[in-house]
Amino acid sequence: MRKTPLLIAGALATPASAGTISVTIPQVPVAEYHRPYVAAWIEPVGGGAAQTVFVWYDIKKKGAEPGTKWLSDLRTFWRKGGRSLTLPADGLSGATRAPGTYQIPLPTNLKPGAYTLYVEAARETGGRELVSVPLGVPVKPARAAGKTELGTVTIR
Amino acid sequence: MRSALRLATAAALLSCAAPALAHRAWLVPSTTIVSGTDDWVSIDAAISNDLFFADHNPMRPDMVKIWAPDGSPAPIQNAATLHYRSVFDVRIDKPGTWKIGTTQSAVIGSFKLDGVEWRVGGRGFGGAARPPAPGAARPAGEGAPPRPSVATVADIPANATDIKLTEVIGQNNVFITAGAPSTTVFQPTNKALEMVPVTHPDELVSNEPATFRFLIDGKPAAGLNVTLVPGGKRYRDSEGAFDVTTGADGVAKVTWPFAGLFWLNATTTDAHPSAPRATERRMSYTATLEVVAP
Repeated sequence: MRKTPLLIAGALATPASAGTISVTIPQVPVAEYHRPYVAAWIEPVGGGAAQTVFVWYDIKKKGAEPGTKWLSDLRTFWRKGGRSLTLPADGLSGATRAPGTYQIPLPTNLKPGAYTLYVEAARETGGRELVSVPLGVPVKPARAAGKTELGTVTIR
Repeated sequence: MRSALRLATAAALLSCAAPALAHRAWLVPSTTIVSGTDDWVSIDAAISNDLFFADHNPMRPDMVKIWAPDGSPAPIQNAATLHYRSVFDVRIDKPGTWKIGTTQSAVIGSFKLDGVEWRVGGRGFGGAARPPAPGAARPAGEGAPPRPSVATVADIPANATDIKLTEVIGQNNVFITAGAPSTTVFQPTNKALEMVPVTHPDELVSNEPATFRFLIDGKPAAGLNVTLVPGGKRYRDSEGAFDVTTGADGVAKVTWPFAGLFWLNATTTDAHPSAPRATERRMSYTATLEVVAP
C-alpha cells in the first residue's frame, strides 16, 4: 500500500528535461587569483521568466562586506533573476569552485520546448563572461565555450 | 536658511537650464545596483561643462534629498563640499529603488527702476557652493558689468516697471536599486516636467533600447527634445551627445551607442507658470543613467 505512491512518483520523476550541464572554470594565469562567482539560468527562447540553475558565490563571508555584496557583478544574472532570490537558496546556491569541470543536473521541471542556457562568471580583479547554449527539451546534446572566464559549457 | 536654499537652487538650476551657460549639474553614484540591504553608495555632485569631470563648481550637498524606496525621506551622510565637487553617502538599508537628487523651484527675472535694469534672483546669489554673504549685492562678474539685483520677487519695489519674471522648475536625479527594482519613487506629482520610466532606469543595457515617458502637469509632453550626453568626453574626439524627441504619448526611445554613464536632460518652456506675477515657466528634467554592457 505504501509503495504505490512512491512508484508513481518514480515514474513521474523521469521528465523530458532530465540532463546534465557541464561547466568548466579555466585556469587563469594571474598573480592575484580569486575563484569566480558563477551563475547559470535558463530562459525560454520566446521570452519569459528565467529559472536559476545555480549560483556559486562566497557563501561563508559575513560581516560588513558579506559575500552577497558582489553578486550584482554577475550583472546579467542579477537582472534576470538573481536580484529576486533570497540567498542562500536551497538547491541553488553553493560555494565558489576552483578551476575544473563540474557536472550540474538540469532542472527537471522544464516543459518540452526551446530554451537557452546562460552561464555567467565574474572574477574579483578579473573579467566577466557570459556564455549561452541552446537548450532543447527533450534534451539534445549541445555545447559552447567561453574565451576568458569560462571554458566549455555542455549539455547532455 | 530657506531663502538661501532657494537662491542656491535657482543658481544651480540656471546652470543647467539655460543653454547659453552650458554648465551642467550632475550626480554620479559609485554604483546604481546594489545586492543586499546593508550597503553604502557614495555620490559625487558637481556642476561642470564636461561630463563627468568635476572642474568647475561643487553642488551644494544641502540641496540634495534622498527618497527611500517607499518614498520616505532619508538623510545624506558624511557630506563634504570640496573645491570642485561635493561628496556624500547614502545608506542603502531598504530593498527597492532609491531616488537621490535635487528639486528646484524659483522665480527669476528682471525689472526696471528709474531706467536701470535690476535682476531678480538667479546667478549672483549663491552660485553653487561659494555664495556671497546673505543680502550682499551681486558681485561683479568676470567680464560682465555689475548689475543691481534683489533676491526674491517680494523684494521688487512698488514703483518698478517692465517686470519680467520666469518660474524655473527642475529636478536632477540618480536612481539606486537594491535587489529588485521598484517604482514608488517615480510616482508623478503631475506638476511641471516629470519623467516616468517605461524602462526602469536601473535596468538599462546597451543593446536594448530604453523608453521613458515625459509628462508636463501630468499630461504627455509631446514633441519634447531630450538630450543624452555620454560621460568620458576626454577619451573621445567628439562629445557624442544626441537628441531624441517624444511622440504624442510623451514617450522617447533611446538607443544606446555604448555602455556607460549618460546625462539625460530635457528643458522646455511654456506660458503656464504657477508662481504669481511670473509670465513664463522654464522646466527641466535631468538624470544620470548607468547603462551596462550586455
